[in-house]
Amino acid sequence: MIYTRMRVMPDLLYRDTRTEPLSGGDELLARAELRRQIGRLERQLAAIVAEAFPRFRVDAGVAAAAPEPRALGLGELEAVRDALAAQVADGRRALDERVRLEAANRELLERMLDAPEEHKWLRISRADVGEPGCGHWHSRPHFGPIGMMMGWWRVKVSSGCPLSGRLAAGF
Amino acid sequence: MGSDPAPSDLGWEPAPEPGWVAPHVAAEFPGLAISSIVVDSRPGSTPEAVRRRLRDLSDRFYGAHAVRMRERPIPWAYRAFFRQIGLDPDRTRTPVEDLALERLREGAFKPHGLPADAVTVATIETGVALRLFDAEQLRGNLCVRDSAPGEVLAGRPGELTPGTLVIADDAAPAGLLFGATSEACAVTQGTRRIAVAAVQVSGVPQIAVDEALWMTAATLEAA
Repeated sequence: MIYTRMRVMPDLLYRDTRTEPLSGGDELLARAELRRQIGRLERQLAAIVAEAFPRFRVDAGVAAAAPEPRALGLGELEAVRDALAAQVADGRRALDERVRLEAANRELLERMLDAPEEHKWLRISRADVGEPGCGHWHSRPHFGPIGMMMGWWRVKVSSGCPLSGRLAAGF
Repeated sequence: MGSDPAPSDLGWEPAPEPGWVAPHVAAEFPGLAISSIVVDSRPGSTPEAVRRRLRDLSDRFYGAHAVRMRERPIPWAYRAFFRQIGLDPDRTRTPVEDLALERLREGAFKPHGLPADAVTVATIETGVALRLFDAEQLRGNLCVRDSAPGEVLAGRPGELTPGTLVIADDAAPAGLLFGATSEACAVTQGTRRIAVAAVQVSGVPQIAVDEALWMTAATLEAA
């Protein structure tokens, strides 16, 4: 209907040597289902990447199945689906571990705030408890060496570097 | 409920021209579509109004936006489609993510002249993938199809692998679907009429496509 070059038209519309991905029937349905699964996994991976940001980076890369865009065959779609599923599983595991670590660090921070003298010189950053910014909590003695000898410990709160905040606002 | 009014009914001139998708490709990718709009415009420097627009967009766009963008419906739809056609969207970036990355790298949406900046504005605002062609070099309607044996993309060495998804006119491939544009119909300094094409994939609403085309055309016409 649209192809005007007679050489091209019959080949595209009535090609009997179709490339494997474009065979029809049940395989068409199977490929549609795999594409649906790929879309769903891509959404899950996007959510994990977004949730992890900016605390840590989740590897969302899945090797390209083709150098150029084309309709993938069943096997290739399965490979993409499986690779995405593996990335989602890895990302979720990494996120869970990070959440557990941050929860443990928050508990440690509370204990340090309650009893600084029991956590001498301990330093917990905002990143360690999953908060943005580059500030930290640091258990230090009052008045330097005198406080150290007297056991006068306190938690000093650093609000972080002001420059990073300004840069972030600028960008 | 009646059907949606056509863009021309809304006073959008020129109205987007729907292209077509080869039947066996459409069977594989329901929702894949292409439509285009032709504008009498020539490449040139970026007008002040567009520069201002780019600055405004830069001010609204941060690193967190770039990362979270993939969760939004339209960027996600293109990412998923890229996976489905064998591309890794973290290497071969979707158009909107490519621009987002450039924004982070450069610190702003830098002006590159028209028509590229018109596409940047529309892509960032809508997320829709847009392509530019020299309208006078195109023959007939644009379509999305798979390449036939022996076909080439002008300006690229070697033949296309049969089955490569391309945007084509009635005569030959005009560009890879999400990739290089044929030298034969690329916009050059000599271009006088520009065809702006939007590639729609499943999950991208028609209204966003129409808006992207209209926004690009309006920017080019105003220049």
